[in-house]
Amino acid sequence: MIEGYVYPNEVELQWSILIVLYPYITGLVAGAFILASLERVFRVESVKPTYRLALLTALAFLLVAPLPLQLHLGHPERSLEMYLTPHTASAMAMFGFVYLWYLMAVLVLEIWLDYRKDIVRLAQTAAGPIRHVYRLMTLGSYDVSAAALRVDDRAGYVITLVGIPSAFLLHGYVGFIFGSVKANPWWSTPLMPIVFLFSAIVSGIATVMLLYMAVTRLRGRPIDMRCVDTIARYLFYAFIIDFSLEMLDLIHRIYEADESFHTLDFMVRTRLYFPHIVVQIVTGTLVPLVLLALTQLVKLAEGARRGTYATAGVLTLIGIFAMRWNVVIGGQLFSKSFLGYTTYKMQFATREGLLPAIALMILPFVILWVLVKLLPPWVDETAAERQAT
Amino acid sequence: MNPDRRDFLARSGKLLFLTGAAQIAFESVLRGEPEAAPNYRTTDHWWGMTIDVEKCIGCGNCVRACKEENDVPREPSCFRTWVERYHVPEGDIERPQVDSPNGGYDGFPERYRAGDGAKSFFVPKLCNHCAHSPCVQVCPVGATFESPDGVVLVDKKYCLGCRYCVQACPYGCRFIDPRTETVDKCSLCYHRITKGLTTACCEACPTDARVLGDLKNPKDPIHEFLRTHKVQVLKPQMATGSKAYYNGLDGSVR
Repeated sequence: MIEGYVYPNEVELQWSILIVLYPYITGLVAGAFILASLERVFRVESVKPTYRLALLTALAFLLVAPLPLQLHLGHPERSLEMYLTPHTASAMAMFGFVYLWYLMAVLVLEIWLDYRKDIVRLAQTAAGPIRHVYRLMTLGSYDVSAAALRVDDRAGYVITLVGIPSAFLLHGYVGFIFGSVKANPWWSTPLMPIVFLFSAIVSGIATVMLLYMAVTRLRGRPIDMRCVDTIARYLFYAFIIDFSLEMLDLIHRIYEADESFHTLDFMVRTRLYFPHIVVQIVTGTLVPLVLLALTQLVKLAEGARRGTYATAGVLTLIGIFAMRWNVVIGGQLFSKSFLGYTTYKMQFATREGLLPAIALMILPFVILWVLVKLLPPWVDETAAERQAT
Repeated sequence: MNPDRRDFLARSGKLLFLTGAAQIAFESVLRGEPEAAPNYRTTDHWWGMTIDVEKCIGCGNCVRACKEENDVPREPSCFRTWVERYHVPEGDIERPQVDSPNGGYDGFPERYRAGDGAKSFFVPKLCNHCAHSPCVQVCPVGATFESPDGVVLVDKKYCLGCRYCVQACPYGCRFIDPRTETVDKCSLCYHRITKGLTTACCEACPTDARVLGDLKNPKDPIHEFLRTHKVQVLKPQMATGSKAYYNGLDGSVR
């Protein structure tokens, strides 16, 4: 449905829901990793129960991150060219390298170092064919002496130190892909990388918080409230920064009111009203912020706090998804002639439809399930149980 | 294992790998080669186009000729060139009425009456063959590039179909060819201009509203045109080094 005038080549949208998933998923990775590094680098002891879970979550989502891109390409079989003959002036060409760096040099290495002791133990004790998997994962290193573990720990610390700027790079960079398109006034702002980064931190923290609560409940264990309280507090702080940045962007646009303003303003009031104002700003930002503020100001009972955190977490994730949607889809609904609008018609069971998008959102949880089975993240309890037996 | 055999395997393995690498390298060298045109030297030319808005009658010949010549999909969302009709109420250049039914392919049905207090005119559009193309900048593999003679081209055998360039073009000149799932755009009829011909759109224009010019050829009439007309490029604030020079371009055109 076209309204006004759009250039003839603009009738169809170029980037679909799959490209909405891309920044959403990488954001979850970056956010989960930054939460994990809180414990490691900033020694926030109370979030320790989520440390390994956060790392595995980051890995599960990171493994899925390139899939929506791959599925979206007209010629997926040529995607390797991005590694072989990258065009260095292209922001997109760097994705592969940033991704590989983050995956191999940061996340996998950190997880391996942290789990090495467990892997060695499992390689020696596990029964059945799974034992071979663990033996492979030791990479031939069976030295778990105190000295070796100290080296692991120090190396892990250094990797986390490198990992924090890497996580910032990974997601700030995704923001740059959009923020550097000068042809598109909805995207083109130097704030974009930093807005993406903080929304990433927000969504990653919310995900790990929800996962921790859900998984702990499923395992029939008590939820460590000191841990969840701390995570919720960090979520609140990160969210305030994120919201301030987004409002700064909005106020700046309204006050400056440049040539694109009328077009974008009309779009936000009409086609983008529901996803932008209703879902992103009110339901997905203001409501969770108020809920989180409530837990900081009023002394609530444990059960009430858990419920509030869970509600705020879910709304946050919906809000951040809406934010990605509004950036990616919203940025294509208006014509670059500033004279008209087009519509995004989402398909269902096609390559770029809703069905593969849903599948891609379920996949990280399947991967996480496998990872958790393979590398149980419950540190203290397994140790305690081992002593008991 | 017999050391000779191991030696042989190692050597043939290396050979196999090197042949593969050499082939890839050779293919990439071949890919970079311009289309065969024996007497054409890319460094001797610098192509641009002049478009005289005051001469365009909106017949759509250029759109039809382009689609025919370049095998452009007939869909109404695939155009290498198109024509827009502007209708600007007096003094209101911020809110022009614009239409381009099927890109102007079938011409323009009459819509406005003379003497309704507004001005009407046609604006042909095509790739501006920018010297600092934002589309070329963003291509992750360099499948789209500026040729040494100033033409922005696409290597369809190399394009990933990521569509970043479509997003980056401020003028809406790029589209995805549904048959190949790769990007397509005006090539300035590169297969013609390298053989001394003009583009299909310029050839088909009955009023010479659009004229191809070689800015490196001192004898080309484009120099005279640029000297004697007050020309403008589209969206100059984008600073793309556009080489489509418009004469009589109204401030309402975007």
